[in-house]
Amino acid sequence: MKKKRLFENIVHGIFLVLGLITVGFVLLITIYLIVSGIPAIKEIGLINFLFGTEWAPTKSEPQYGILPFILTSVYGTAGAILIGVPIGFMTAVYLSKVANKKVRAVVENAVNLLAGIPSVVYGLVGMLILVPGIKRIFNVPDGASLFAAIIVLAVMILPSIIKVSITSLDAVPKEYEDASLALGATPTETYFKVSVPAAKSGIAAAVVLGVGRAIGEAMAVMMVSGNVANMPSLFESVRFLTTAVSSEMAYSSGLQQQALFSIALVLFLFIMLINVTLNFFLKRERK
Amino acid sequence: MSMKRITSLVLVAVLMCAVFAGCGTKKATVTTDGSTSMEKVIGALGEAFEEEEGITVTYNPTGSSSGIKAVKEGTCDIGLSSRNLKDEEKTEGLVGTVLAYDGIAIIVNNANSVSDMDLETIAKIYKGEITNWKELGGKDAEIVLIGREAGSGTRDGFESVTDTEDVCKYRQELTSTGDVITTVSNNEDAIGYASVASVTDKVKTVTVGGVAPTEETIKNGTYAVQRPFVLVTKEGVSLSDSAQKFFDYITSEKAADIIASAGVVAA
Repeated sequence: MKKKRLFENIVHGIFLVLGLITVGFVLLITIYLIVSGIPAIKEIGLINFLFGTEWAPTKSEPQYGILPFILTSVYGTAGAILIGVPIGFMTAVYLSKVANKKVRAVVENAVNLLAGIPSVVYGLVGMLILVPGIKRIFNVPDGASLFAAIIVLAVMILPSIIKVSITSLDAVPKEYEDASLALGATPTETYFKVSVPAAKSGIAAAVVLGVGRAIGEAMAVMMVSGNVANMPSLFESVRFLTTAVSSEMAYSSGLQQQALFSIALVLFLFIMLINVTLNFFLKRERK
Repeated sequence: MSMKRITSLVLVAVLMCAVFAGCGTKKATVTTDGSTSMEKVIGALGEAFEEEEGITVTYNPTGSSSGIKAVKEGTCDIGLSSRNLKDEEKTEGLVGTVLAYDGIAIIVNNANSVSDMDLETIAKIYKGEITNWKELGGKDAEIVLIGREAGSGTRDGFESVTDTEDVCKYRQELTSTGDVITTVSNNEDAIGYASVASVTDKVKTVTVGGVAPTEETIKNGTYAVQRPFVLVTKEGVSLSDSAQKFFDYITSEKAADIIASAGVVAA
């Protein structure tokens, strides 16, 4: 009996340690980011840093304004949501309510496959097909632009939006829909007036998840957006918060490097905000 | 609760130890750290040296500034820089020895009819004073400027040679030589710069003032767009035996052929 309890205790201990590993990493990263991100902000000044419109760290008079990056990330993400959410949402409604089993299985597999494609592949395809395509179609000197990044991001967030939306649409009790149909509503009316409102917090969660994915993406965006620290404009070369960190990290030193950590900290705060919002929606759905 | 706190503290401590444990250096290896542009030449030299002496040479491609920093902090034996040391770095006790010269090729799309420009024209293009290919005898299309990210040795080399520091109106800032070449090969109106050793026939190399970048023209200085590859060491700190051997080997005449095979010109 005693032996058994000892064994149980040991197992519990192991689980505790394993569980704490994750917590440890989160703490480590958070503390590291804050510690290494604060000094540069202090030196540059919070207002100059967040609202400065020029980023030129290697200039003889270095400028460390990250407003172009913040706005680019916000616009890029908003654009991706604007394109990705209607497509993803309609796909989810179709798959959950309209499609027959065979079609649904095929499409769902495709969506899973899309989710599994590494971001560098999205970037590569974007760089070799989308960027020259935009140059030709819109007759601009160069296709690497905010627009190219928005398209790539919109495709990248589709899987998360579709999957989470389907789950919440599937969870709508069948009785609701049956009742609506029995009252004489057409199937389409039923989907949009009964099923979707019943699943709305899940769908909102899907959108927030998409925002999180889009704002955190670096590799694919770096390959199609041109990476110049301009204020955002649809067909101009732009730089995102993520790519600002990754593109200069390799060669940076001194204050430039510290400022990159500060950018990472700002990005981290954005993602935290998104997570809090996500939790809010998920909790509401559970209720 | 307190037990949990202690466990997590211990865990953090363990993780920190693991991070620092990786920093020790083994015997009979030479560690180099720095410029990504020097990968080819250091790789070739390291291989030849290992064959001859049985001493391993490691190379960490972190970029010139990081390499210089690594020497200063003593985390590597020899730093690699693809730019001359700045005055502030020299006053910190760092010494640069030129290993080789690297020409920076000015590249355009294969479909571009322009094949020669002088240094001044290149500077004007990158400063945004010349914006259309027809001003250079090409077709009527806006010039798309492709460059490297701030801090890159190639960008620093190019901008210091053309005297365009901080004023380049880049359309794209890419993070590797390969990306620059791919992008220029994909856009008919693009112009870019890249290390001569890395340029492939996917793009066209223009002559600068009538001079094509070759070993001869780079070495004798007639090709204008070139920069040094510098070995960085610290004054007053003697290299380990194996690092000193490596240093002597790569600066000897014997190594010149190997350096040339990597596409750059030995000093």
